[in-house]
Amino acid sequence: MPRTVSLFVPCFVDQLLPEVAVDTVKVLRRIGYTVDFPEDQTCCGQPAFNTGYWDEARPCAEHFVRVFRNAETIVCPSGSCATMVRKFYPDLLAASAIREEALAVAGRTFELSEFLVKIAGVIDVGASFPHTVTYHASCHGTRELGLREEPRQLLQQVKGLKLVEMARFDECCGFGGTFAAKFSDISAAMGNSKAESILATGAEFVTAIDPSCLLHVQGILGKRGAATRTIYLAGILAQEAA
Amino acid sequence: MSPTAAQLFLRNAAEKSADLMHREIIRRGMDSYDAAHLKGRARIKDWEAAREKCQEIKQEAITHLDRYLLQFEEKVTARGGHVFWAANSEEACAYVKNLALERGVKTAVKSKSMVTEEIHLGPVLEKAGIKVWETDFGEFIVQLREEGPYHIVTPCMHLKRDQIAALFREKLDPAVNSDDPAYLMTVARRILRQAFFSAEMGISGANFLVADAGAVAINTNEGNGRLCTSVPPIHVVVTGIEKVIPRLEDLAVLWPVLATSGTGQGITTYSTLVGGPRRTGEADGPQEFHVVLVDNGRSQLLADPEQREVLHCIRCGACLNICPVFRHIGGHTYGTTYPGPIGSVLTPHLAGINEFKHLSYASSLCGACSSVCPVKIDLHHHLLQNRRNATEAGATKPSERMIFKAWRRAMLHPWMYALGGWTMRKTLRLAYGLGLAGTALDPMRVWNRHRAPVPLPAQSFRARWRKGLNAN
Repeated sequence: MPRTVSLFVPCFVDQLLPEVAVDTVKVLRRIGYTVDFPEDQTCCGQPAFNTGYWDEARPCAEHFVRVFRNAETIVCPSGSCATMVRKFYPDLLAASAIREEALAVAGRTFELSEFLVKIAGVIDVGASFPHTVTYHASCHGTRELGLREEPRQLLQQVKGLKLVEMARFDECCGFGGTFAAKFSDISAAMGNSKAESILATGAEFVTAIDPSCLLHVQGILGKRGAATRTIYLAGILAQEAA
Repeated sequence: MSPTAAQLFLRNAAEKSADLMHREIIRRGMDSYDAAHLKGRARIKDWEAAREKCQEIKQEAITHLDRYLLQFEEKVTARGGHVFWAANSEEACAYVKNLALERGVKTAVKSKSMVTEEIHLGPVLEKAGIKVWETDFGEFIVQLREEGPYHIVTPCMHLKRDQIAALFREKLDPAVNSDDPAYLMTVARRILRQAFFSAEMGISGANFLVADAGAVAINTNEGNGRLCTSVPPIHVVVTGIEKVIPRLEDLAVLWPVLATSGTGQGITTYSTLVGGPRRTGEADGPQEFHVVLVDNGRSQLLADPEQREVLHCIRCGACLNICPVFRHIGGHTYGTTYPGPIGSVLTPHLAGINEFKHLSYASSLCGACSSVCPVKIDLHHHLLQNRRNATEAGATKPSERMIFKAWRRAMLHPWMYALGGWTMRKTLRLAYGLGLAGTALDPMRVWNRHRAPVPLPAQSFRARWRKGLNAN
């Protein structure tokens, strides 16, 4: 079992949602891991890749591979960014000089809930969160990485947490990276449908394994003046009983 | 200057996505589809295995398309049918039009066919003075409204029944006095029966072309397909070359999977197989039987090993139904024959990357489409490839290219990345402090129009890491 994990902090988490990564560190340390944060990391390249700029994304991906080449296990608090490395690097770097290393790094990269349940074998991280929570199954984590049960398994072990299901829990929140900028009206309409599903549950919090979806949902809920708050999975798992 | 397809799309998408009445109509329609689809899938013992089998069949067919199409042609010709290979829309339309004119056709009845929409056959025939009746109930309605089908399986799902009653009153009979669906069907049926028996030509599409049997498989729920193919003296099948499948027995899995994905049915109500004109001693059937095999860009797609599998599509509509973008903007907004995920993948190939590339970006890449596709087309990843192809073809905006070049530079230098992030947060905090959020000076105004501003923490994670969080 690996005892040191290297943290891959998505750029938007680093810059806009640092608490997400701070909570991830807390959870990993609590279950006995040493956490390393390679400071030369920047962005995995997904914005360029998804917009069609593969020539611009490629050097970023190669940079990422070089930064993490010696990391034993890489953990990422985002299903989408973990997907970029694991599912898309093999295609993007198919003709790269460091293709072999890229494949190896991709194989050692895990989304947080995936790492906890499948690699560390822990579903009870000793958290307590006495609130009603609804779970949004974010697209990349759910359909690209196939993480349907892992986040729920973790949530079910949290003391005091009451999980309530929303309708269409695995329908997209409308974020989609540059999609939210290029097609802002469609994106926002999708976000509002998601918000309606969330609000219909009456939950105090909505959680997910992707802080980018939550950033979007938070923006939509905020604009509506809704009381329901967003909280990333690690934000819940980091809470201990008083 | 008339707006481009991309400008029209943006405008109509903004309008439709804000139209709550439209959203509610579509949501209701899709909710009942979802329930039926779920129930239908449960009827099949191993849905995933069925999808894999269908994928395998279509892959075999597309890989050996030349062989199977020739086999199909040979069988049809041997029975006295005619097969015409049309390289594009013009050739296909000209063949049908000339045939109709030569035979003195005044009236043609059509069963539902998206390929005839793709090549715009209806308007070509009408222009030549031939009356064309759409006989699928939904198609009949959108034809009266002088608009294209909203959805490839359910053409008028955007309409409520009172709208249909009003339309019938206006266009068919002022005495129409109820919006009861059965009654409205009767009104249409009375008119269509006369059309079926006066038409000299029946035009249909094909769901599958069965190579080893030389047969055309047509699935409908209203029986109109069967009337189009058997009553008029001439039957013309207009279909895409990708519809061919190797064996008759393949229908044993393709038919139920198509029906399940299309409507949740176990099998469509009328599953018809036809393979030639009426033979001596047969009681019914057309005297002439023609198949028009339409290429119209398909062989170009076939030549692309990366995206060839897009030709596996069986036009079930499942990807439209699950697509959250489709659900919010509706079918007409796409401005294409094929809307939804399959349309966004296919249209740039069939109708031009420059005019239609925007559709490849109009997706959050959520992957719901790929997860339901009954022939397992990796739809959302093809959207990514379309985007890459557009960039490589130099079809993207110069300003965007500049932005990504600058972005790449910053991402390769951690200090530039960190400084860029810090500057952005600092600037936005300052601007928002001055009350500039959402104004023309706000670089995030597109976001802020529909959303509360993003959080702008004073410190990034890496800064906090350095300031003590790094102690394990």
